[in-house]
Amino acid sequence: MNTLRMGLGRVGIELKQFFRDKESAVFNFLLPMILLVIFGSVFGGQELGDSGITFSQYFVAGMIASGILYTSFQNLAISIPMEREDGTLKRLQGTPMPRAAFFIGKIGMVFVAYVAQVTILIAVGVLFFGIDLPTTSFAIFTFIWVSVLGLIAWTLLGIAYSVVPKQGRGAAALVSPVVLVLQFTSGVFFVFSDLPQWMQNFASLFPLKWLTQAMRSVFLPDTAAAMEVNGSFELGLTALVLVIWIILGAILATVFFRWTPRGKS
Amino acid sequence: MSSAPVITATDVTKRYGDFTALAGVSIHVDTGECLAILGPNGAGKTTLTEILEGYRQRDGGQASVLGVDPNKPTGAWKAKLGIVLQNATDMADLTVSETIKHFARYYPNPADPDQVMAAVGLTEKANSRNGKLSGGQRRRLDVALGIIGNPEVLFLDEPTTGFDPEARREFWVLIDRLKSNGTTILLTTHYLDEAQYLADRVAVIARGRIVAQGAPDSIGNRGDAIVTWTEAGREQAQSTTTPTAFVEELSARFAGEIPHLAIRRASLEDAYLELIAQDRQTNGGDAA
Repeated sequence: MNTLRMGLGRVGIELKQFFRDKESAVFNFLLPMILLVIFGSVFGGQELGDSGITFSQYFVAGMIASGILYTSFQNLAISIPMEREDGTLKRLQGTPMPRAAFFIGKIGMVFVAYVAQVTILIAVGVLFFGIDLPTTSFAIFTFIWVSVLGLIAWTLLGIAYSVVPKQGRGAAALVSPVVLVLQFTSGVFFVFSDLPQWMQNFASLFPLKWLTQAMRSVFLPDTAAAMEVNGSFELGLTALVLVIWIILGAILATVFFRWTPRGKS
Repeated sequence: MSSAPVITATDVTKRYGDFTALAGVSIHVDTGECLAILGPNGAGKTTLTEILEGYRQRDGGQASVLGVDPNKPTGAWKAKLGIVLQNATDMADLTVSETIKHFARYYPNPADPDQVMAAVGLTEKANSRNGKLSGGQRRRLDVALGIIGNPEVLFLDEPTTGFDPEARREFWVLIDRLKSNGTTILLTTHYLDEAQYLADRVAVIARGRIVAQGAPDSIGNRGDAIVTWTEAGREQAQSTTTPTAFVEELSARFAGEIPHLAIRRASLEDAYLELIAQDRQTNGGDAA
């Protein structure tokens, strides 16, 4: 089908631009690895309580969940306003390219970038911080569906949020605070059960908390479930929350996405 | 030459809030013809062009491009258009060759990317990043992307802004070649020599109205002669249809030699400036 063929062509073009743009490559792709190295080196050996679990092991789960946010939400919410401003979107609008092909290109780029990022994150974790990898097929299956649902939800939210920055320049300043706040409140940099109740409640509204929790079910032993706030990794609830956010994200993206800058119709 | 019009606009209007960008514009462009739209900044050139390209919705009037209402653009219709927008800076991290080859995939009947690259003179820059191109090279890439789909209609919005004179000449030759292949062209430009060279007809737009339309050699006061001389320490100019009589009159006034006398045919620029000045005089009261 034509739309699919053009969409796949756009995946390649999008990936070239993603990796060749130094700001984007560092900010969206390398940052989780840099953070893993820094946090792993400082706190990595510390044990969480008397659980026998190292902070590195806990942190790598949070960093992989964050990677979903970086490669999809942060990447798109910053790059699309730039493309709206520099004329990329306008040029595409003037070609016979079906609009769906544009979104196929974005989604494909996000998935490929995430797979590459996770691969490197895990390699760094294993080589430098002695991370244990999941061994059961259930954990691997969980890892896959959590990644896919998380990427879809955050991709749609990134497309929707791309209308918030009015200009391409400065878009990062409106996007990265959202990412940082969610990371701090969702159990990426701190152990989630140590956070104040109100912060836990706040984070529970958004998908990142559920992604980090589910990734912990993949990377931590089953006994670690007892350390969770509700004594469980709550995978069923996680799936439900992600599906709700996908529906919400699809509605927001459809209603709010713009091809042209505001005030130019 | 009297083939059916490819582009027609009849009484097209467009408002932005209180500002009337187009106050009833009518133009037509026939198959294989090049129409140049001339006018000051803010006169409505780009608004008119973008309405015909399908980017903006007109508020009133009728329009048709290749038999399709541009208010209702379709993919099949866009496949027959080539659009060169004003100064673009997008896709800086792709190479020239990647960009042209990629855009060829969007069209059902594309031209050969290597031939297009050669036609716009970018073969040597095939592997350069778009962001590293000079202004003129970047513009030629825009033209390459405009013609890669073998368009029946090509829209050129100020295509040579920022070109050096030699690059502009080369660009004209390129567009001439497209024209001789039967491509219909709608050009907006600030350069009157460009309109003179490329356009079969020109339309002068001011404050959202067409103030003159016709062949570049016939619009406005182009039939006139311009007589210039020096008097009272200043250069004087007079546009006239009877230059011989006027010079005799001057000669009598100076009782002999007229200082710095010159007579020439009115250029397109003279005609254009005269039309814009007339428009200011007749409509100047409402907006300064």
